[in-house]
Amino acid sequence: MQPASSLDGVTRDNSIVVEKLVREFKKGPRAVDGIDLYVAPGEIYGFLGPNGAGKSTTVLMLTTLLPPTAGTARVGGYDVREEGAKVRSVIGAALQEAALDPLLTGRDHLRLQTMLQAVPRAERKPRQQELLDRVGLTDAADRKVRGYSGGMKRRLDLALALVHRPRILFLDEPTTGLDPQSRTALWEEVARLAREDNVTVFLTTQYLEEADVLADRVGIIDHGKIVAEGTPAALKAEIGRPSVHVIPCREDDRPRIADLLGRFGEKLGSDRDLAVRLREGIGMVDVIRAMDADGVVVDDVELRAPTLDDVFLAKTGRTLEGEATGADGAPAR
Amino acid sequence: MSVLSLQIGALAQRSVVRTARQPASAIPPLLFPVALMLINSGGLKASTQLPGFPTDSFLAFALAVPFIQGALFSTMNAGTDLARDIQTGFFSRLSLTPVRGGALLAGQLAGIVVLGVVQAVFYISVGLLLGVRFAAGPAGIALLLVYAALVAVAFGSIGSFLALRTGSGEAIQGLFPLLFVFLLISSMNTPRNLIAVGWFRFLASVNPVSYLIECVRSLVITGWDVEALALGFGIATVISIVALIAASRELVRRLARS
Repeated sequence: MQPASSLDGVTRDNSIVVEKLVREFKKGPRAVDGIDLYVAPGEIYGFLGPNGAGKSTTVLMLTTLLPPTAGTARVGGYDVREEGAKVRSVIGAALQEAALDPLLTGRDHLRLQTMLQAVPRAERKPRQQELLDRVGLTDAADRKVRGYSGGMKRRLDLALALVHRPRILFLDEPTTGLDPQSRTALWEEVARLAREDNVTVFLTTQYLEEADVLADRVGIIDHGKIVAEGTPAALKAEIGRPSVHVIPCREDDRPRIADLLGRFGEKLGSDRDLAVRLREGIGMVDVIRAMDADGVVVDDVELRAPTLDDVFLAKTGRTLEGEATGADGAPAR
Repeated sequence: MSVLSLQIGALAQRSVVRTARQPASAIPPLLFPVALMLINSGGLKASTQLPGFPTDSFLAFALAVPFIQGALFSTMNAGTDLARDIQTGFFSRLSLTPVRGGALLAGQLAGIVVLGVVQAVFYISVGLLLGVRFAAGPAGIALLLVYAALVAVAFGSIGSFLALRTGSGEAIQGLFPLLFVFLLISSMNTPRNLIAVGWFRFLASVNPVSYLIECVRSLVITGWDVEALALGFGIATVISIVALIAASRELVRRLARS
């Protein structure tokens, strides 16, 4: 985390520096409750949390679309509250819903965006074509957007965010609702942007895999507060030990197996689950030997490395996967 | 070309393209007012026999109404389009560009003006085809097109204000009948001085829409009537200014960006 005093010394770079950022809504809870975070230039920062955790509200504040109630945030070296126009000039954003006009074609959208972003006349058409090629929409460029699939809309949304070659890119749940193929294609493009163009990417997601695969560092937000932050590997290492999960052959054996597993570490999940986080120095082989010695027959035994969901569980007492959907608390805009 | 004019041009182009690609919303503002005019002309032709009626052609008298009726339709369409942009997040996308608030409104209105002028050309063409002779001549027709543009700005600004205020296309469609009432209680079918019912005559006299209609009517059937022109242009200008100020304030509130 960037030290508090760093705000004054920040240069005009691609970083995001946030200190004690708060957003309160009338008659509502604190959607964002005093968060601090630092995203380094060229880094992909995964902002992970369930629906309603405060992810989108944070993005709206960092993109100047929603004034903070308190706290400070500098994006690309500019204060989001005082230097909104400058912030907008260095960022690109693809917000939660692909905000496209169904009556315009993909090329129409890019033409409009290049004009509004004041791209020089001579560069407009080449830039439009370059972006269409990059997101794989050249063949569909002259079709109306209302005929696009969800993946195509998301890719066009990304292309529009890149028109003016932003230094910092905000992607708010960019792959929600996409099929695996479209999701992978989008991940590749985002990774390429960071790797080759040194674009800083602030990515919100509720998909653990997305954060794990794509993000250099992850911040986990819950109820408006950041509860954990670090590289995916470091966060998982913090949780530490792997877990063993057993599927019994006979239901009658369940209590016996649960007792047996309890000898090797901390039980996970509900009483119905047969899973244990192994204590230091214990391996899966010890569990299997014990089951063999007790004559327990099982259908399957699995050793699982810690996941980001385990991290989320450890930090919040809940699992992220399977969270009910709900509103973030940010107003419709 | 300045950045501002480039932005206005881009947004106006989008507005026109959108309308051209949804004939279901572009054609009714053209055809419905003309259809109503033809029906009224047939049914109310006898009105021209009233002593003091300003012309012997009810069609020439009624030709003014489509101009205002078409503008009302445009108000609803413009407002609904803007409200849809707010609902879908497209407005937020525009907010993230360097586009200025003034350009957002001007671009939207420029598109409405283009459509308003196209409507006016259509109504004038229909009138000419049906034998209406414009008393103010070709210069009057040219002025009529300018007036149509001004009325489009006035009503388009009202539509933009409503859209920015409510952010709901449904709310704007719900308000449309209310706007239509202003047309019905105007001098659309009878000259004010010939309205016999006292209360209706009073309402038509205080209703600004009456003067907007009479401005067009003067160019068609009277010639160069300075008072009618001054009232029509003046009222359209005042509505434009008031609605633009109100819409601008709502735009600032809606943008709420730093």
